[in-house]
Amino acid sequence: MTQLAQPKAAGSIVQAAPPLFELRGISKEFPGVKALDDVSFSVWPGEVHMLLGENGAGKSSLMKVLCGAYRADGGSFYHKGQRVEISSAADAQKLGIAVIFQEFSLVPYLDIAQNIFLGREPAGRIPGTIDRKRILADAKQVLASIGFDIDPSIRIEKLGVAQQQMVEIAKAISQNARILVMDEPTAALSDRETELLFALIARLKADGVAIIYISHRMAEVFSLGDRITVLRDGRRIDEVKPGAVSSDDLVRMMVGRSVDMSYPRTFAQIPGKVMLEVKGLSSASGIAGIDLVVRQGEIVGLCGLVGSGRTEVVRAIFGADKATAGQLLFDGQEKSGGPDEAARLGLALIPESRKAEGLALIRSVGDNLIVSALRKIFPRGLFDQGRSRQVANDLIRQLRIATPSDKQAVGLLSGGNQQKVVIGKWLAAGAKLFIFDEPTRGIDVGAKAEIFALIDRLVADGAAALMISSEQAEICHVCDRAYVMRDGRIAGELTRHELSEENIVKLGMHHA
Amino acid sequence: MTDISNPISGRRMLLSDEMIQVFYRLLAAFLICAALTILTNSFFSVGNILNVLRQASLLFFIASGLTLVVLTGGLDLSIGANVAISACVAGTVIHQTGSPTLGVLTGIGVGGAVGMLNGVMVTALRIPSFIATYGMLWVLHGITYWYMGGETMHGFPAGFRQIGSGYFLGLPIPVYLLLVFLAIGTIFAQRTTWGQEIYAIGANPVAARLSGIPVARRLLLVYTVSGAMAGLASIIFLARLNSAEADIGESLTLPAIAAVLIGGTSLFGGLGTVFGTFVGALILTLVLNGMNLLSVNASWQPLVTGVIVILAVWLDMKTRRRAA
Repeated sequence: MTQLAQPKAAGSIVQAAPPLFELRGISKEFPGVKALDDVSFSVWPGEVHMLLGENGAGKSSLMKVLCGAYRADGGSFYHKGQRVEISSAADAQKLGIAVIFQEFSLVPYLDIAQNIFLGREPAGRIPGTIDRKRILADAKQVLASIGFDIDPSIRIEKLGVAQQQMVEIAKAISQNARILVMDEPTAALSDRETELLFALIARLKADGVAIIYISHRMAEVFSLGDRITVLRDGRRIDEVKPGAVSSDDLVRMMVGRSVDMSYPRTFAQIPGKVMLEVKGLSSASGIAGIDLVVRQGEIVGLCGLVGSGRTEVVRAIFGADKATAGQLLFDGQEKSGGPDEAARLGLALIPESRKAEGLALIRSVGDNLIVSALRKIFPRGLFDQGRSRQVANDLIRQLRIATPSDKQAVGLLSGGNQQKVVIGKWLAAGAKLFIFDEPTRGIDVGAKAEIFALIDRLVADGAAALMISSEQAEICHVCDRAYVMRDGRIAGELTRHELSEENIVKLGMHHA
Repeated sequence: MTDISNPISGRRMLLSDEMIQVFYRLLAAFLICAALTILTNSFFSVGNILNVLRQASLLFFIASGLTLVVLTGGLDLSIGANVAISACVAGTVIHQTGSPTLGVLTGIGVGGAVGMLNGVMVTALRIPSFIATYGMLWVLHGITYWYMGGETMHGFPAGFRQIGSGYFLGLPIPVYLLLVFLAIGTIFAQRTTWGQEIYAIGANPVAARLSGIPVARRLLLVYTVSGAMAGLASIIFLARLNSAEADIGESLTLPAIAAVLIGGTSLFGGLGTVFGTFVGALILTLVLNGMNLLSVNASWQPLVTGVIVILAVWLDMKTRRRAA
């Protein structure tokens, strides 16, 4: 992670004025869960207040209370010392609170300017029309104010994740947001994009914007944060200064026990026979001439910048995108069909977007766990609820999935537990090659270590894994080898000894 | 289903959402029956109740196949028009060959073929099911009107007519068929892997595909079954009316959708049961029957149907515990 010098808020000013925004004793209860329990939290202008906690600790709930999506059951809000109410999104917006969610709320078919001023378009001369010239000019100005140089008439669908995030921030700024809540803003960004974001944050701080920043990355927490609040199980554990604690301290506060941050990797097995061989694979989504090999007992990394074609490669391998050229050999057998063939042969895809692509959120944990194994468990096609629940409950125990029951809707679980369900689905199916696309995205430290322990056990037991990750530290730590992608092609391969963040960056960057 | 009627079955089953939803509906049907027994003299008679069941069965045949389509998140608007063309072609075959068996097979075959065409449009051509089957509705109408040329077919063999109007051990034949297809539909949806896959597709088609479910093949099956059930309904219609014309069954599509919705199947897919649809068909038929017995002007029937559908779906949303 790149260290950037951050201007810290001046202490003396901070002490004198009341906080820009303060929550006192906020509680929020859902049937069976206390999502927030007497949480207090404040933020001053020009500071970055880090919000830390495992999934399910209450960060999302707190954020939703702040932006008016949830109504708090108890507690009070203060804006510049004045008692205020937040009971709707409009209330929050009036108070200058804006949330940049991980999943953006932009309309893909409208352009940047239209998105920034959605619902507030400047009226044209004829009533009912929009002043197109002004909206473009205004958008240009807002974008310039955050240092983002782009043509505002480009449609959102043409933008990458990082650019969309910039548009979200521009939109918030244009609504005079003074309190910006960012939910893991760097989760989908490359290192270069992350740097740009940090520069923008420094700029916003200098303008006196207060930033509440949710992160799972320790490096950011220390380099960016002025204060850190740790949540656990819906309660505020502590508020600390980054200089006063170590990352081990924070992890202990988050999980309530100390967790070994170094992910366990046993390298138990010497790589065995070739499990997957890809030769000259191309697809319509912009990847070309991909050659790669994954052996039994190996974890092979697939790195590169976001947008370099990593996800497209694994989609083509799995058959989710049609290959336009090349050959795929799985366990010596030629494979050319779709995902159903891939699953039957023993390939598993753990997609980046669990909610959109990995799980049926309205269905139960049990239903989701056995969906890929139906053919295997019930070869005659007759489904038996009792047997199915037995398989599901075995997996829930084995993977330590935290759920009240196998009947719980999977959409109600935390991110880490949802990820375990997706992996469990393929364990049940007896998969031999696991393809992970950002397996730890949006997952807290404790669950991360657990997921990696699981992957390690899988390959130690004779499976193989291909893993995409934007966190180069993860790749370096966990992988036997890694391929680095650039512009839809494999730019190079790094052996275990060559694997370093520096080498990955070198290969992945343009004009390296 | 068995777990509700027989709670001491030894299965460690919690009452699932689906079962609670079906239970509410059975309760509603029961309350309607009770009310009609008190309000009218003629409701609680063997003749009338058998009549209700026979009418409900016809609606159920079409609605059961439709339920599977709706469970996948799709819609089949061509079922009414499919009944018409299947009935007319089957009628011709019976007239030409004199063989009821051949007629029955033709009816179901034509219905199934139309359904399969719907499935091809939805899967291979990726046309949204709503639009594909809506277009199919017009195409089928056109073909049927051209084929019949304004004629009406009359007079089918007595043996064939038994399917629609005969009795066995005091119960109408369609009621037996109803029980058979209710059992088959429920077993298919709840007790086969294909049924489970259909729920998975409806809940999240992208995740279902990436979980290795052959989505296109299952959809093709579901649309074919929906068409074949319309074909079956056309046979029973034909046998009951003893005549066929181009607009036979045309008015069945919207009531069938109503039965599915009243029965608790979500138009967004992934939630619902075939048994629920049966209860939905029963409720709709009971209400319309009750209105007849109470001498309510028939023009009120569409209004009441609409109100029940909206009420049922609203209550459904209120009572379901859904994942965020």
